[in-house]
Amino acid sequence: MLEISNIDTYYGKAQALWDVSLSVDEGEIVALVGSNGAGKTTLLKTLSGVLRPASGTVTFLGQRIDGLAPHSIVEMGISHIPEGRRLFTQMSVGENLEMGAYVHAAWKRREETLDQVHEIFPVLKERQGQLASTLSGGEQQMVAMGRGLMSRPRLCLFDEPSYGLAPMLVTEIFRVIQDLRNQGMTVLLVEQNVRQSLEIADRACVLENGRIALAGECEALLEEELVKKAYLGL
Amino acid sequence: MPGLFLIVLLLLAALPVYRPGYKVILVSSILMYVILTVSWVIFSGTTGYLSLAPAAFFGVGMYTAAVLGMALPLPVVVVLGGLASSCLAFLVGAVTLRLRGIYFAIFTFGLVEFIKNLLLWWEIERTGTRGRFVVLVDNNTIYYVMLAILVMTVLTAYFIRRSRYGLALQSIGEDEEAAVHAGINVTALKIVTFAISAVFMGAAGAIWATQLTYIDPYIAFNLNYSFMPVLMAIFGGIGQPYGPILGAAVVAYLREILITEFPYQYMLLLGIILLVAILFLPNGLVGLVERARRRAFGGQRANT
Repeated sequence: MLEISNIDTYYGKAQALWDVSLSVDEGEIVALVGSNGAGKTTLLKTLSGVLRPASGTVTFLGQRIDGLAPHSIVEMGISHIPEGRRLFTQMSVGENLEMGAYVHAAWKRREETLDQVHEIFPVLKERQGQLASTLSGGEQQMVAMGRGLMSRPRLCLFDEPSYGLAPMLVTEIFRVIQDLRNQGMTVLLVEQNVRQSLEIADRACVLENGRIALAGECEALLEEELVKKAYLGL
Repeated sequence: MPGLFLIVLLLLAALPVYRPGYKVILVSSILMYVILTVSWVIFSGTTGYLSLAPAAFFGVGMYTAAVLGMALPLPVVVVLGGLASSCLAFLVGAVTLRLRGIYFAIFTFGLVEFIKNLLLWWEIERTGTRGRFVVLVDNNTIYYVMLAILVMTVLTAYFIRRSRYGLALQSIGEDEEAAVHAGINVTALKIVTFAISAVFMGAAGAIWATQLTYIDPYIAFNLNYSFMPVLMAIFGGIGQPYGPILGAAVVAYLREILITEFPYQYMLLLGIILLVAILFLPNGLVGLVERARRRAFGGQRANT
């Protein structure tokens, strides 16, 4: 479904990604782990069109998407749920969700999508008219994810969805991601929470200093010495 | 609120009948400032990009009237003034709206000075003139044209605010990167909105020029026309749609009074009033009105 081949991405003159290749198949959860500054967010931003790769290609459903504008990529069915939630805090929860459905095709079906989002996160229905800034951290994360789903994506790029949440909420968020996959969503998941993401993911890859250090099935990775030492603290 | 707007509009439309003369000129100038302020808020009030370009768009409208006023009928001149400003805004927007925050403000500030000096150079080097005469139009016509532009400005602001584009503009102001992720083509939306807001400034400039009868680059591209809308919007408060209208009307009226009563100290007095307002009315006049309203209705109305 998503094919990333030999991507190099720069911030100005500083190279952040080196020759990154990765593929995500339909209906899979692929976890992307690695320490701070390894290039995880950079990779997601390259996929969603916020950054452009200097070389290499990205194809989605058989079409080249590197070089497309971010809004066109959203329209094609990729939703990037950014790190740190980034809600529109002076808008209501309902308005935040509405903005998620901004692209044309999604706008026409926004009522229907909204019902689906409310089914996943019932609390958002109760909070509908409340300002986003008045919600708790967990609820804010739900708004961020709900807003991302409002564009009716086929592939979700989640950037640190569990960041800063209490353990119980983390489990809840991971459960939601699993449910989404069970309903046919494809997920690329960036996480600091390595153990839990490897548990729900099918495959994973480890980024180090902008390069793919390891990639493979999750069970196999959990046995790798490097992963055990660096990320699981064993 | 629309009902109140309609009543005010009817009163304004009747003004030249029962109060001809000076009052009509005075209210024309107030309407002009309301147009500048409301159209400024359409773009800058929502996106948070501080534009200091109103004087450029207003001035382009004025010069359009000066150049074409003899050759074409008045409505055409006014429309062309708006379109010329809009084209300029589109070009400027396409070049600069990738700049963030303060850089955009400085660029738009520079734009006014640039056009002023370009015209000065042109008039000295090429045409050998200084300034131009503008075809004369009677005061009542100016007044009604201004009122028509005002109605269109307010309606446009209202419909943009109520549409999904209004919400999208607001989301750009709150978190532009999140707006990008939501699938909003932020660059296109900013450029188009900037161009729309300039239409009304240019049209107002075109009709305003006919009242001055003579303009030169210093008159047309006076930076006061850039600063006043900003001050008026802040004075009125941009939290509610009527804030900029109220702010512009009050400050413009105050300005006229001060100019006639204290011609030498008026800038000083106006400055003091605005300072006091910003210190004590953080949400502008809107804050005052809303507080009074909440008190009157027993605080049941949530401030959204």
